[in-house]
Amino acid sequence: MPNAPADPPCHTRAHPPCRLRVQRRGPLLVDGPVEVELEDGTTVRSDRFRVALCTCRRSRRYPWCDTSHRERVRNPPP
Amino acid sequence: MNDDRRGPGLPAARGPLSAAVLAYLCDGGALPPVEAAAGAPPYGDDLQLALYLCYELHYRGFAGVPADREWDPGLLRLRAALEQRFLTALRADTPVHGSLDDALAALLVEPVHGTGVSHWLRDEGELWHLREYAAQRSLYHLKEADPHAWVLPRLWGRAKAAMAAVEFDEFGGGRGDRVHARLFADLMADLGLDTSYGRYLDAACAEALAVVNMMSLFGLHRALRGALVGHFAAVEITSSPGSRRLAEAMRRTGAGAAAEFFYDEHVEADAVHEQVVRHEVIAGLLQQEPHLAADVTFGIDATGHLEDRFGERLLRAWRAGRSSLRAPCGPPAAAPAAVS
Repeated sequence: MPNAPADPPCHTRAHPPCRLRVQRRGPLLVDGPVEVELEDGTTVRSDRFRVALCTCRRSRRYPWCDTSHRERVRNPPP
Repeated sequence: MNDDRRGPGLPAARGPLSAAVLAYLCDGGALPPVEAAAGAPPYGDDLQLALYLCYELHYRGFAGVPADREWDPGLLRLRAALEQRFLTALRADTPVHGSLDDALAALLVEPVHGTGVSHWLRDEGELWHLREYAAQRSLYHLKEADPHAWVLPRLWGRAKAAMAAVEFDEFGGGRGDRVHARLFADLMADLGLDTSYGRYLDAACAEALAVVNMMSLFGLHRALRGALVGHFAAVEITSSPGSRRLAEAMRRTGAGAAAEFFYDEHVEADAVHEQVVRHEVIAGLLQQEPHLAADVTFGIDATGHLEDRFGERLLRAWRAGRSSLRAPCGPPAAAPAAVS
C-alpha cells in the first residue's frame, strides 16, 4: 500500500532503519511490535519486544518460530 | 508489629531442621547449630524445606511471621550452612560439560524419542497427572521469573538490557493480566486447583523444592550470577518444545482454554527468549566477565541435573499408579491417595 500523501518519503524519516538479525539455522529476529502479512492476505501481529520469525517453514505457529528448526537426534547426548 | 498478614500459612515440618526453622519463625524456639546442616541429606525433604522457608522470607513471607525475619542474622547464618551443603552437593553431583558451547549445543537438539516428563504427559497424561504437575510447579510458576530478577543489579550494559527485556515479557509486558504468574493461576483454576500463593508447599516433593531453591540460591548471591544466567538460559532454551508437549497434553485432556494458553504462550515467548538469552545475555555477560563461562556452564548443567531428578520422581510415582504429591491436591479429578 503506498504511503499516504502526508507521509514524508522513507529515506527522510527520522527513525533508524529496521534492524533484522539473520542466522543460517534459526529464526529471523526483528524488534517488535510487528505486523506480518501472510500469503492469504491476512495479517497477524506480535507486540513482543523482539519477534522470532520462522525461516525453516516447519513451525506449527507460523510465522512465529516455535524452535522446530532444531536438529532432531536419535540418541540424546548424555 | 510488622507481621506479614497476607502471606501463605506455614507448612508442616519434614524433619528436625525444618521443624527448628518453623519454631523459630513462630518465635517459639532456638535454631539448630550450623553443624546440624552439614549432616543432613542435601536433596532431602528436611534440608530442602528448611532452605525454602529461609528463601521465602525474601519473596512473600508467611502469614504471622515478622517481615524483618528476612534479615535475621541467626537465620542467615543457618541459611548459609544449608546453602553450603546444597551447593557442594550440586557441584559434586552435576555432570558438567567441558565447555559452554558443548552445554548449549546439548540443549539445542531435540530427541526423536524423548523420555522426559513432558513427553510422558503428552502421550499418557491424564487430568490428575496434569493437576499434580501444576501443583508441584506452582511453587515456581506463581512467582515465575521473580528469582531471576535478583540478577539484574549484577549485570551491566547489553546483558542487563536484554535480561530486563525478557523479564518485562515474563511480567506481562506492562499488563497485569498477562504476567506469567497470573497466566499460571488461570491454568490452575482451569484444573480446579487452589490458586493461592504457597498453597501446595506441603504437597510438593523435595525434588520440586530443590529446583526452586536452586533459583533462589543463584539469584540471591552475586557470586553466583554466572550460574543464574546459565540456569535461566537452560530454562528458556528447553521451554519452547516442552511447552508445546504440555499444551498438547492440556488440549488432549480438555483441561481448558487458560491451561492451553499458558503453554501456548510459552512456546512462542520462549522461542524468542532463548535467542535473546544466548546472543545478548550470555554473550554480553561473557564479553565483560569472560571468567564466568564455567559458572554459566555449571548453571545450565545443574538445572538439567535437578530437573532430571524431579522428572524421574514424578514418572516413578505415576508409572506405579501412585500420586507424586506428599499431600493430596483434592477434588475434582479422581486421583490415587498421596504418599510421603
